[in-house]
Amino acid sequence: MSDPNPIDCDEALRLLAAFLDHELHLDEREGVERHLQVCRSCFSRAEFERRLKGEITRLRSEEVSPGFEERVRRLLGSFSPA
Amino acid sequence: MDETTADHAWFERAVLGLLPELLGTARRLTGNAQDAEDLAAEAITQAWLHRSSLRERERFPAWLHRILTNLFLSRRRAQASRPEETCLDDEAEFSLFERLHQPFLLWWGSAEQTFLDRLLRDDLIRAIEGLPDPFRIVVVLADVQGLSYGDIARSLEVPIGTVRSRLARGRALLQKALWDHACDAGLRTRTPDVRPEHA
Repeated sequence: MSDPNPIDCDEALRLLAAFLDHELHLDEREGVERHLQVCRSCFSRAEFERRLKGEITRLRSEEVSPGFEERVRRLLGSFSPA
Repeated sequence: MDETTADHAWFERAVLGLLPELLGTARRLTGNAQDAEDLAAEAITQAWLHRSSLRERERFPAWLHRILTNLFLSRRRAQASRPEETCLDDEAEFSLFERLHQPFLLWWGSAEQTFLDRLLRDDLIRAIEGLPDPFRIVVVLADVQGLSYGDIARSLEVPIGTVRSRLARGRALLQKALWDHACDAGLRTRTPDVRPEHA
Protein backbone atom coordinates (compact mmCIF):
# COMPACT_ATOMS: atom_id res chain seq x y z
CA MET A 1 0.00 0.00 0.00
CA SER A 2 1.40 3.43 -0.93
CA ASP A 3 2.08 6.07 1.74
CA PRO A 4 -0.87 8.55 1.74
CA ASN A 5 1.24 11.44 3.09
CA PRO A 6 4.88 10.81 2.21
CA ILE A 7 7.51 13.23 3.51
CA ASP A 8 10.51 14.24 1.41
CA CYS A 9 14.21 14.19 2.31
CA ASP A 10 14.29 17.80 3.52
CA GLU A 11 11.44 17.16 5.93
CA ALA A 12 12.92 13.84 7.09
CA LEU A 13 16.28 15.47 7.83
CA ARG A 14 14.58 18.38 9.60
CA LEU A 15 12.87 15.91 11.92
CA LEU A 16 15.77 13.46 12.23
CA ALA A 17 17.34 14.73 15.47
CA ALA A 18 14.00 14.78 17.30
CA PHE A 19 13.24 11.34 15.82
CA LEU A 20 16.46 9.87 17.22
CA ASP A 21 15.83 11.63 20.55
CA HIS A 22 12.32 10.07 20.75
CA GLU A 23 10.77 13.54 20.81
CA LEU A 24 8.34 13.27 17.86
CA HIS A 25 4.61 12.78 17.99
CA LEU A 26 3.36 9.44 16.67
CA ASP A 27 2.30 10.73 13.22
CA GLU A 28 5.63 12.49 12.63
CA ARG A 29 7.58 9.48 13.87
CA GLU A 30 5.72 7.15 11.56
CA GLY A 31 6.29 9.55 8.65
CA VAL A 32 10.04 9.53 9.25
CA GLU A 33 10.08 5.75 9.68
CA ARG A 34 8.28 5.26 6.36
CA HIS A 35 10.69 7.64 4.63
CA LEU A 36 13.73 5.83 6.04
CA GLN A 37 12.36 2.56 4.69
CA VAL A 38 12.44 3.87 1.11
CA CYS A 39 15.34 6.37 1.09
CA ARG A 40 18.79 4.81 1.31
CA SER A 41 20.60 8.14 1.71
CA CYS A 42 18.48 9.32 4.64
CA PHE A 43 18.61 5.84 6.17
CA SER A 44 22.43 5.97 6.05
CA ARG A 45 22.37 9.44 7.61
CA ALA A 46 20.07 8.24 10.38
CA GLU A 47 22.27 5.23 11.13
CA PHE A 48 25.35 7.46 11.26
CA GLU A 49 23.72 9.94 13.65
CA ARG A 50 22.36 7.10 15.79
CA ARG A 51 25.80 5.51 16.10
CA LEU A 52 27.50 8.80 16.91
CA LYS A 53 24.90 9.50 19.59
CA GLY A 54 25.58 6.03 21.01
CA GLU A 55 29.32 6.73 21.15
CA ILE A 56 28.61 9.94 23.12
CA THR A 57 26.30 8.07 25.50
CA ARG A 58 29.16 5.66 26.27
CA LEU A 59 31.14 8.59 27.69
CA ARG A 60 28.78 8.49 30.66
CA SER A 61 31.12 6.16 32.49
CA GLU A 62 34.54 7.31 33.68
CA GLU A 63 37.34 5.31 35.27
CA VAL A 64 37.48 6.10 38.99
CA SER A 65 40.98 6.66 40.34
CA PRO A 66 41.92 4.85 43.57
CA GLY A 67 42.44 8.26 45.19
CA PHE A 68 38.91 9.44 44.42
CA GLU A 69 37.36 6.14 45.46
CA GLU A 70 39.18 6.40 48.78
CA ARG A 71 37.94 9.99 49.17
CA VAL A 72 34.35 8.86 48.57
CA ARG A 73 34.69 5.93 50.98
CA ARG A 74 35.93 8.31 53.68
CA LEU A 75 33.08 10.70 52.90
CA LEU A 76 30.52 7.89 53.16
CA GLY A 77 32.12 6.73 56.39
CA SER A 78 31.66 10.20 57.86
CA PHE A 79 27.89 10.10 57.36
CA SER A 80 26.08 9.24 60.57
CA PRO A 81 23.44 6.50 60.09
CA ALA A 82 21.26 8.12 62.76
CA MET B 1 21.81 -4.72 61.93
CA ASP B 2 19.21 -2.05 62.78
CA GLU B 3 17.23 -0.14 60.16
CA THR B 4 19.36 3.03 60.12
CA THR B 5 22.58 1.05 59.82
CA ALA B 6 21.04 -0.98 56.99
CA ASP B 7 20.03 2.29 55.25
CA HIS B 8 23.56 3.58 55.53
CA ALA B 9 25.00 0.34 54.17
CA TRP B 10 22.51 0.42 51.26
CA PHE B 11 23.36 4.07 50.47
CA GLU B 12 27.08 3.30 50.50
CA ARG B 13 26.70 0.33 48.15
CA ALA B 14 24.44 2.28 45.81
CA VAL B 15 26.82 5.24 45.60
CA LEU B 16 29.93 3.12 45.04
CA GLY B 17 28.11 1.18 42.31
CA LEU B 18 27.18 4.39 40.53
CA LEU B 19 30.52 6.12 40.97
CA PRO B 20 31.87 5.59 37.39
CA GLU B 21 28.64 6.99 35.88
CA LEU B 22 28.40 9.83 38.35
CA LEU B 23 32.01 10.84 37.77
CA GLY B 24 31.62 10.50 33.99
CA THR B 25 28.62 12.82 33.92
CA ALA B 26 30.39 15.29 36.22
CA ARG B 27 33.49 15.18 34.04
CA ARG B 28 31.52 15.85 30.84
CA LEU B 29 29.65 18.73 32.50
CA THR B 30 32.62 20.46 34.14
CA GLY B 31 35.27 19.63 31.56
CA ASN B 32 38.02 18.90 34.07
CA ALA B 33 38.92 16.17 36.53
CA GLN B 34 39.32 18.22 39.72
CA ASP B 35 36.00 20.06 39.40
CA ALA B 36 34.29 16.80 38.44
CA GLU B 37 35.48 15.04 41.60
CA ASP B 38 34.43 17.97 43.79
CA LEU B 39 31.01 18.10 42.12
CA ALA B 40 30.46 14.34 42.50
CA ALA B 41 31.48 14.46 46.18
CA GLU B 42 29.11 17.35 46.87
CA ALA B 43 26.27 15.57 45.06
CA ILE B 44 26.83 12.48 47.24
CA THR B 45 26.74 14.64 50.38
CA GLN B 46 23.53 16.38 49.28
CA ALA B 47 21.96 13.02 48.42
CA TRP B 48 22.72 11.72 51.91
CA LEU B 49 21.32 14.84 53.57
CA HIS B 50 18.10 14.69 51.52
CA ARG B 51 17.73 10.90 51.32
CA SER B 52 14.33 11.04 53.00
CA SER B 53 12.91 12.67 49.84
CA LEU B 54 13.77 9.58 47.77
CA ARG B 55 10.58 7.52 47.77
CA GLU B 56 11.63 4.58 45.59
CA ARG B 57 15.14 3.17 45.79
CA GLU B 58 15.06 1.98 42.18
CA ARG B 59 14.94 5.66 41.18
CA PHE B 60 18.18 6.37 43.04
CA PRO B 61 20.44 6.57 39.92
CA ALA B 62 18.25 9.18 38.18
CA TRP B 63 17.71 11.04 41.47
CA LEU B 64 21.44 11.25 42.22
CA HIS B 65 22.23 12.39 38.67
CA ARG B 66 19.56 15.08 38.96
CA ILE B 67 21.12 16.34 42.19
CA LEU B 68 24.52 16.46 40.50
CA THR B 69 23.16 18.31 37.46
CA ASN B 70 21.26 20.83 39.61
CA LEU B 71 24.35 21.49 41.72
CA PHE B 72 26.42 22.09 38.60
CA LEU B 73 23.82 24.44 37.13
CA SER B 74 23.34 26.42 40.33
CA ARG B 75 27.11 26.88 40.67
CA ARG B 76 27.28 27.99 37.09
CA ARG B 77 24.43 30.48 37.52
CA ALA B 78 26.28 31.94 40.47
CA GLN B 79 29.39 32.40 38.36
CA ALA B 80 27.74 33.93 35.29
CA SER B 81 24.46 35.78 35.34
CA ARG B 82 23.74 35.06 31.69
CA PRO B 83 25.06 32.25 29.47
CA GLU B 84 27.13 33.51 26.62
CA GLU B 85 25.75 32.87 23.15
CA THR B 86 28.25 32.18 20.44
CA CYS B 87 27.74 33.21 16.85
CA LEU B 88 28.02 30.04 14.81
CA ASP B 89 26.47 31.01 11.51
CA ASP B 90 29.04 29.09 9.46
CA GLU B 91 28.96 26.00 11.63
CA ALA B 92 25.34 25.86 12.76
CA GLU B 93 24.43 23.30 10.12
CA PHE B 94 27.69 21.41 9.78
CA SER B 95 27.15 17.73 9.08
CA LEU B 96 29.94 15.21 9.44
CA PHE B 97 27.86 12.72 7.47
CA GLU B 98 27.66 15.05 4.50
CA ARG B 99 31.44 15.45 4.48
CA LEU B 100 32.05 11.73 4.63
CA HIS B 101 29.20 10.24 2.65
CA GLN B 102 30.00 8.96 -0.85
CA PRO B 103 26.81 7.76 -2.54
CA PHE B 104 28.65 5.85 -5.25
CA LEU B 105 30.27 3.66 -2.57
CA LEU B 106 26.99 2.65 -0.99
CA TRP B 107 27.11 -0.92 -2.20
CA TRP B 108 30.58 -1.87 -1.05
CA GLY B 109 31.41 0.11 2.02
CA SER B 110 30.75 3.35 3.77
CA ALA B 111 33.27 6.03 4.67
CA GLU B 112 31.12 7.34 7.51
CA GLN B 113 30.91 3.96 9.24
CA THR B 114 34.67 3.52 8.87
CA PHE B 115 35.14 6.96 10.41
CA LEU B 116 33.07 5.95 13.44
CA ASP B 117 34.98 2.67 13.71
CA ARG B 118 38.20 4.67 14.02
CA LEU B 119 36.82 7.33 16.31
CA LEU B 120 38.64 7.25 19.63
CA ARG B 121 37.05 7.93 22.98
CA ASP B 122 39.66 10.62 23.64
CA ASP B 123 38.83 12.37 20.35
CA LEU B 124 35.18 12.52 21.32
CA ILE B 125 35.94 13.72 24.86
CA ARG B 126 38.23 16.44 23.52
CA ALA B 127 35.55 17.57 21.06
CA ILE B 128 32.86 17.74 23.77
CA GLU B 129 35.10 19.54 26.24
CA GLY B 130 35.91 22.09 23.54
CA LEU B 131 32.26 23.10 23.10
CA PRO B 132 31.18 26.46 24.50
CA ASP B 133 29.35 26.00 27.83
CA PRO B 134 25.71 26.49 26.72
CA PHE B 135 26.10 23.91 23.95
CA ARG B 136 28.21 21.40 25.90
CA ILE B 137 25.72 21.33 28.75
CA VAL B 138 22.74 20.63 26.49
CA VAL B 139 24.62 17.94 24.55
CA VAL B 140 25.69 16.26 27.81
CA LEU B 141 22.19 16.39 29.28
CA ALA B 142 20.61 15.00 26.09
CA ASP B 143 23.18 12.52 24.82
CA VAL B 144 25.17 11.49 27.90
CA GLN B 145 22.38 11.60 30.48
CA GLY B 146 19.54 10.88 28.06
CA LEU B 147 17.20 13.57 29.43
CA SER B 148 14.13 14.63 27.43
CA TYR B 149 13.93 18.11 25.89
CA GLY B 150 11.32 19.00 28.49
CA ASP B 151 13.50 17.93 31.41
CA ILE B 152 16.46 19.85 29.99
CA ALA B 153 14.32 22.97 29.54
CA ARG B 154 13.14 22.76 33.16
CA SER B 155 16.67 22.16 34.47
CA LEU B 156 18.12 25.09 32.53
CA GLU B 157 15.05 27.31 32.97
CA VAL B 158 14.88 28.07 29.25
CA PRO B 159 12.15 27.53 26.62
CA ILE B 160 12.10 24.15 24.89
CA GLY B 161 12.86 25.88 21.57
CA THR B 162 16.14 27.09 23.06
CA VAL B 163 16.99 23.51 24.01
CA ARG B 164 16.33 22.38 20.43
CA SER B 165 18.45 25.14 18.89
CA ARG B 166 21.34 24.74 21.34
CA LEU B 167 21.30 20.99 20.83
CA ALA B 168 21.37 21.36 17.03
CA ARG B 169 24.21 23.87 17.21
CA GLY B 170 26.10 21.89 19.83
CA ARG B 171 25.93 18.71 17.77
CA ALA B 172 26.98 20.58 14.62
CA LEU B 173 29.94 22.11 16.47
CA LEU B 174 30.88 18.72 17.85
CA GLN B 175 30.85 17.18 14.38
CA LYS B 176 32.88 20.09 13.02
CA ALA B 177 35.49 19.55 15.74
CA LEU B 178 35.68 15.83 14.93
CA TRP B 179 36.04 16.63 11.24
CA ASP B 180 38.80 19.18 11.88
CA HIS B 181 40.59 16.67 14.09
CA ALA B 182 40.37 14.01 11.38
CA CYS B 183 41.76 16.46 8.81
CA ASP B 184 44.56 17.62 11.13
CA ALA B 185 45.47 14.01 11.85
CA GLY B 186 45.61 13.29 8.11
CA LEU B 187 42.72 10.83 8.30
CA ARG B 188 40.61 12.88 5.90
CA THR B 189 41.18 15.49 3.21
CA ARG B 190 39.29 18.74 3.44
CA THR B 191 36.76 18.95 0.61
CA PRO B 192 34.36 21.67 -0.52
CA ASP B 193 30.98 21.68 1.22
CA VAL B 194 29.01 19.55 -1.22
CA ARG B 195 25.80 17.96 0.02
CA PRO B 196 24.92 14.48 -1.21
CA GLU B 197 21.97 14.00 -3.48
CA HIS B 198 19.04 12.29 -1.94
CA ALA B 199 17.00 9.53 -3.45
